[in-house]
Amino acid sequence: MITIQGKGVSTGVASGPLYFYQRAQGTLRRYEVADREAEWLRFKEAQAKAIEQLGVLAEKARAEAGDEAAMLFETHQMMCEDLDYEEAIEGFIKEQGLNAEAAVTDAGVIQAEAFAAMDDDYFKARSADVKDISGRIAGILMGVVQGGIDSDVPVILASDDLAPSETVQLDKSKILGFVTSGGSGSSHTAILARTMGIPAIIGVGEQLKSEYRGREVIVDGGTGTVVLDADEETRARLMKKRAEILKRQELLNQLKGQPNVSKDGQEIRVYCNIGNPEDVHAVLENDGGGIGLFRSEFLYLNCDDYPTEEYQFEAYKKVLSDMGGKEVVIRTLDIGADKMIEYFQLPHEENPALGNRALRICLNRPEIFRTQLRALYRASAYGRLSIMFPMVASVWEVREAKKMCEQVKKELTAEGIPFSDEVDVGIMIETPAAAVLSDRLAKEVDFFSIGTNDLTQYTLACDRQNNDLGRFFDAHHPAVLRLIKLVCDNAHKEGIWCGICGELGADLELTELFLSIGLDELSVSPRAVLPLRQKVRETQVRVVREKLLADLMSDQTHL
Amino acid sequence: MKSFEYTITDPVGIHARPAGLLVKEIKSLAGSAVTISKGEKKVNALKLMALMQMGIKQGETVKIEVEGGDEEAVAKKIEAFFKANL
Repeated sequence: MITIQGKGVSTGVASGPLYFYQRAQGTLRRYEVADREAEWLRFKEAQAKAIEQLGVLAEKARAEAGDEAAMLFETHQMMCEDLDYEEAIEGFIKEQGLNAEAAVTDAGVIQAEAFAAMDDDYFKARSADVKDISGRIAGILMGVVQGGIDSDVPVILASDDLAPSETVQLDKSKILGFVTSGGSGSSHTAILARTMGIPAIIGVGEQLKSEYRGREVIVDGGTGTVVLDADEETRARLMKKRAEILKRQELLNQLKGQPNVSKDGQEIRVYCNIGNPEDVHAVLENDGGGIGLFRSEFLYLNCDDYPTEEYQFEAYKKVLSDMGGKEVVIRTLDIGADKMIEYFQLPHEENPALGNRALRICLNRPEIFRTQLRALYRASAYGRLSIMFPMVASVWEVREAKKMCEQVKKELTAEGIPFSDEVDVGIMIETPAAAVLSDRLAKEVDFFSIGTNDLTQYTLACDRQNNDLGRFFDAHHPAVLRLIKLVCDNAHKEGIWCGICGELGADLELTELFLSIGLDELSVSPRAVLPLRQKVRETQVRVVREKLLADLMSDQTHL
Repeated sequence: MKSFEYTITDPVGIHARPAGLLVKEIKSLAGSAVTISKGEKKVNALKLMALMQMGIKQGETVKIEVEGGDEEAVAKKIEAFFKANL
């Protein structure tokens, strides 16, 4: 068994024979032509032919995938006629006497490099489009025939990276999944795979050897793993995963676009927890209603030094604009405890979970906090932002943090930098102190989000990291559940919303109770959204509420 | 010369699709030279790749200038195009 690790860009598990994409290749020759004018005409003819071929592809794409897909090839048609591109080719042929195929190839490289040098991933990936059209024109000049898949059975398709025209020409019924040695998440292979709903793994590099041709492989687009000649155990595990994914897919088709409403009409918002901007894809794919917890730590963990305002701004802005106006709750820095970062140079603590962490660090080191708040408010102009402070234990902490927000807003106004006036500010309820004081805290903020992981650990005095606590660590402990009800009731008394962003939110055994308590929002990992939606839609809150709430307060349960 | 400014709202900025549509639109308005500029950089709006290579992103403001032909009408049409597509 051989395991190859790449980057999964489209989820799913598939198994089948590995097939290497056959690319018809002519050898590019370069020489000086005698009749430059004739060579130029030869180019013009090939260009016209390419435009004609792309027109055919556009119609094929339109029939298969609609106008949007066809537009890609119409854009390619225009690229073929691009003025700068054509001017460069004309120069190579008429001034230097270069043969047309070499001239086209060189002009393509110039444009492709210009795109590749751009700082935005989307535009970077466009260099493949330029290479594609240049390859097409050069191919026509050299009399090359287009390649494809020559196999009777469906295959896992391996290649370096596929050009857009290659992807559209593929016989889709023959492809179970993609593995590419190069490529990016915005490449056409990745886009095609996601549209088709089949797994794709990119960037496996040299690990992909041509001697693997025809061998049986299993690809897992979720983890980015390619397994050759899997052993029994691995195969069984991956096939089980495949069955689960297919079941989810079915659920997705049934539940996507449906509201999270109980049978008797009670609605709850189901949002997602994410850890970095790329996760937005999974949020949208699973139909999350917003982001209830965006952990901003990744920005700090990915850097060797404090991330700059600009760097943070770009990341927040990306998430906000990608979410297209849906609410995004970004939690301010939450390091310390189990997440340590070198350059913060935090002194070693015996009890880090009870130490200098999260908001405490921010209030003690306002310069770090200020940078983050500035980046957040600047990004607020690009979507619907809410800011959330972690690890609150006292009212004064919230007031001090809010004061810093006001100060930052004042600064931005003075500098003429735009930001939204409608940024909500909320807190996480994860210390027993905050839960007990939630009546007071509710007067200070716009929302509560209960962090059940820490709330459980602090309430039960059970270390989250300690696996030996066994029966003493009860995730459904009535003390924690009662605190959740207390917090939610106190929020509603002040007219603010209350949600959960810890693991418990996705616990389907508790969904009925959460609806009965009247929580407004549950923020869960993207893949938990639809199962949760299903559970909500099956529940009759009126039928279960009285009993569940009575049980919560009775002295008969959970003894 | 007629000009106007526009702030891009499309999340991906002036990407391939709208850039292509824009070039198409401008080609149909023969007789006017149209340029798009961002800061110091300025391109002929018919140059698809150069336009994309400006990497114009959401939130950025571009200036569009129309020279020659029925400037007023052309500028209006292009402005409507930006509002609808970008």
